[in-house]
Amino acid sequence: MADKKKNGILAKVQRFTDHREFMIFYIIVLGVIAMAYAIPGFMSHQNMSAVLLALADQSIIAIGMTLLLVSGGFDMSVGSTMALAGATTAIWLTLGLPVPVAILLGLAVGALIGAINGYIIAEVGINPFITTLGMMSLARGMLMVVSDGKNISGLPDSFTVIGQGSVFGIQYPIIISIVLVAGGDFLLRRSRFFRQNYYMGANEKAAVLSGINVKKMKVFNYALTGLLAALAGIIITARLGSASTSAGKGLELRVISAVIIGGASLKGGVGTVFGSFLGALLMAIIVSSINLLGVQLNWIDFVLGATLLLAVMADTLSKRRAS
Amino acid sequence: MSDRSDKSDRSDSHVLEVQEIVKTFPGVRALDNVSFELRPGEVHALVGENGAGKSTLMHILGGVYPADSGRILMDGQEVRFADPRSAALHGISVVFQELSLSENLSIAENIFANRQPIMFGGFVDWDELYSQAGGTLNLFKWDIEPETPVGELSTAEQQVVEILKAVAREPRVLILDEPTSSLTAVEIEMLFTNIRRLREQGLSIIYISHHLSEVFQIADRVTVLRDGKLVETCHVSDVTEEDLIKKMVGRELADMYGIRAFLAGKERFRLESRDISFAVRAGEIVGIAGLAGAGRTELGRAIFGCEPLTGRVFLDGKPIFIRSPEDAIANKIAYMTEDRKDDGLFLDMTIRENTAAPSLQEFGRMGWMDEKAVTKFSEEFCEKFNIVTPSAWQTVGLLSGGNQQKVLLSMWIGIRPLLLIADEPTRGVDVGAKSEIYHLLRKLASEGVAIILISSDLQEILGMSDRILVMRSGRLAGEFAGAEATEEEVIACATGVGAGV
Repeated sequence: MADKKKNGILAKVQRFTDHREFMIFYIIVLGVIAMAYAIPGFMSHQNMSAVLLALADQSIIAIGMTLLLVSGGFDMSVGSTMALAGATTAIWLTLGLPVPVAILLGLAVGALIGAINGYIIAEVGINPFITTLGMMSLARGMLMVVSDGKNISGLPDSFTVIGQGSVFGIQYPIIISIVLVAGGDFLLRRSRFFRQNYYMGANEKAAVLSGINVKKMKVFNYALTGLLAALAGIIITARLGSASTSAGKGLELRVISAVIIGGASLKGGVGTVFGSFLGALLMAIIVSSINLLGVQLNWIDFVLGATLLLAVMADTLSKRRAS
Repeated sequence: MSDRSDKSDRSDSHVLEVQEIVKTFPGVRALDNVSFELRPGEVHALVGENGAGKSTLMHILGGVYPADSGRILMDGQEVRFADPRSAALHGISVVFQELSLSENLSIAENIFANRQPIMFGGFVDWDELYSQAGGTLNLFKWDIEPETPVGELSTAEQQVVEILKAVAREPRVLILDEPTSSLTAVEIEMLFTNIRRLREQGLSIIYISHHLSEVFQIADRVTVLRDGKLVETCHVSDVTEEDLIKKMVGRELADMYGIRAFLAGKERFRLESRDISFAVRAGEIVGIAGLAGAGRTELGRAIFGCEPLTGRVFLDGKPIFIRSPEDAIANKIAYMTEDRKDDGLFLDMTIRENTAAPSLQEFGRMGWMDEKAVTKFSEEFCEKFNIVTPSAWQTVGLLSGGNQQKVLLSMWIGIRPLLLIADEPTRGVDVGAKSEIYHLLRKLASEGVAIILISSDLQEILGMSDRILVMRSGRLAGEFAGAEATEEEVIACATGVGAGV
């Protein structure tokens, strides 16, 4: 009996250390320690908040992307959605709408785009990649039309404070993203409603037979992802003080990379928000290190791509060895 | 083929001999000194419970992995298979249980996959391909266009294409792994006719099956494996089914199906529709028999809300409306699907997550999952159902077929159903686990659950049912009292040869 108990504790420790989050966390800690020695300014408050600030929009979108990958979905349109929501909010602000109303409308644009994605995927039955690839172009195109191809600036201070203000020296975007990541992680881990996504991703047909309303869940997931992308777009617009037509270009691939480095799989059924956040953090630290080390910036994409491939290969190989 | 046949004239010659094969996997000795020999033109059955070593032996003979020690001889010459290709070149063709066909390609292209006849320049010679495929189809006297896409065929026909694909390589030895797992009685009979045709042409066949009745119908000799060891090879005429079970299990299975103990309870479930109307009482097991395509599975899925149902459904006398599995589960109707891997289980998830899947609502406190309750719930099932696993945290895909099926059953018992629809509850499950599942179903019935048992296995239907409904072309074709029905009556009714009462 005592033996069994011991095994139980060991098994629990093993279950914990087996998690991908643990591995990335370990790599991040090692990397940060190494960088702290190598680069004097690395641990400075200034650099740390620059890293986290750059990370804010990505990690907010990564929450939705994690939800989608876990449930067997995928979204290529988040970058365009983000830009469109930021721009429409900016336009409404320049038209004189009150800040809260403009923000709500901007969020609604994102949620609507996501809901349309979800509807096409769940009800019409088009593959998520194709659907959201189409939406990616469509939303970007709509942005070009409404903004007439120009950046929109001249936004009120009561709006830009959302992106530029801070408490105790921590900028609002960092606070918002960390609160959302923590909340999202907890929900996906513990809430009964969100747990359904793991079942959908693991075996969609079996999930239907288990009484999970898969279609409804899909529409909800894409709508929520659209909403989060819109929020990220609004925050970045506030931070920069203007809405750019090229905002979020290529962001979808960076976010998907982060989520996959964080332990999710395109096959669905696995992944956590915290893992995705760590994946995004790892990528941000790498970018920052390249900057500070004075390496030519052209190397950034190369190194990020290599990180993704290494993470996925290490995972696949360790799983193969285990079985 | 002609240059090979002259060697096998000697009556004592063996096409294939396996000598003292040992194969060890981490933690398991899968094969332990197994020897047996295959005579020219014989059908040799290989039986044993899951984990007995049948599939390991088959994989070694098919060149999928090498043996640790021991020899394989063909016509007295030792051979070594580096990979499946070299096994095929030596004349061994394996038909695995899982279909390996490309649904978008034609029958001909599937049969000659990667071996299409080509003409000058490497282009596929379509005329030659279709004529060769026609010849192969003629082996089984099958009258169908070789151009037909495989996706348009029924599962049973696809199974036949799979076998023809192996036969077209003109092997000396054909290994069939559970070829009847998705076939109905009539289709099995057709398959056996074809197997006999192949045997007459001198082909030696290793036939792996869970269904002992098939062994007696088709095999000349039978080899029994248990826990990786050879138990015995004997002529089927020298043994009875009970003997074989005893040898396979290593003990006597006192009573495969348990004892009918149905005490007529109150009506629990009633379906009234144009094509089929019936009622099931609390504690009653109603078996639904019929050929593939008779609409048995569709009936089960319609009651469960997966497919539209025209008709009225009553539970405990009250009308209920089911439009989705959600509605069905809310009304305490459970459906154990016929294909656990396809739409039953979450194979990459743990036992505990699987058992909780249809009853997530039960494990919540204000919307949060109560993980401890889930673990406790699933550990209770592991113990009660004798699920062989290191812990409830085991990934379901790593369990044996019988244990997977028990997990599927516990998922559905977990919702504390009033009505359980069990569709092929013992498909691909070994004899020991089968008997356990039968006893579990009986126990459920004795607790008042109404059970609809859908099965292609007539023995199962006859052994388990208190009442048997036979379906034909989507309609109710006959009804029999379980204790009195015979196999012949049920088949006659299912095929429409005789009339049911």
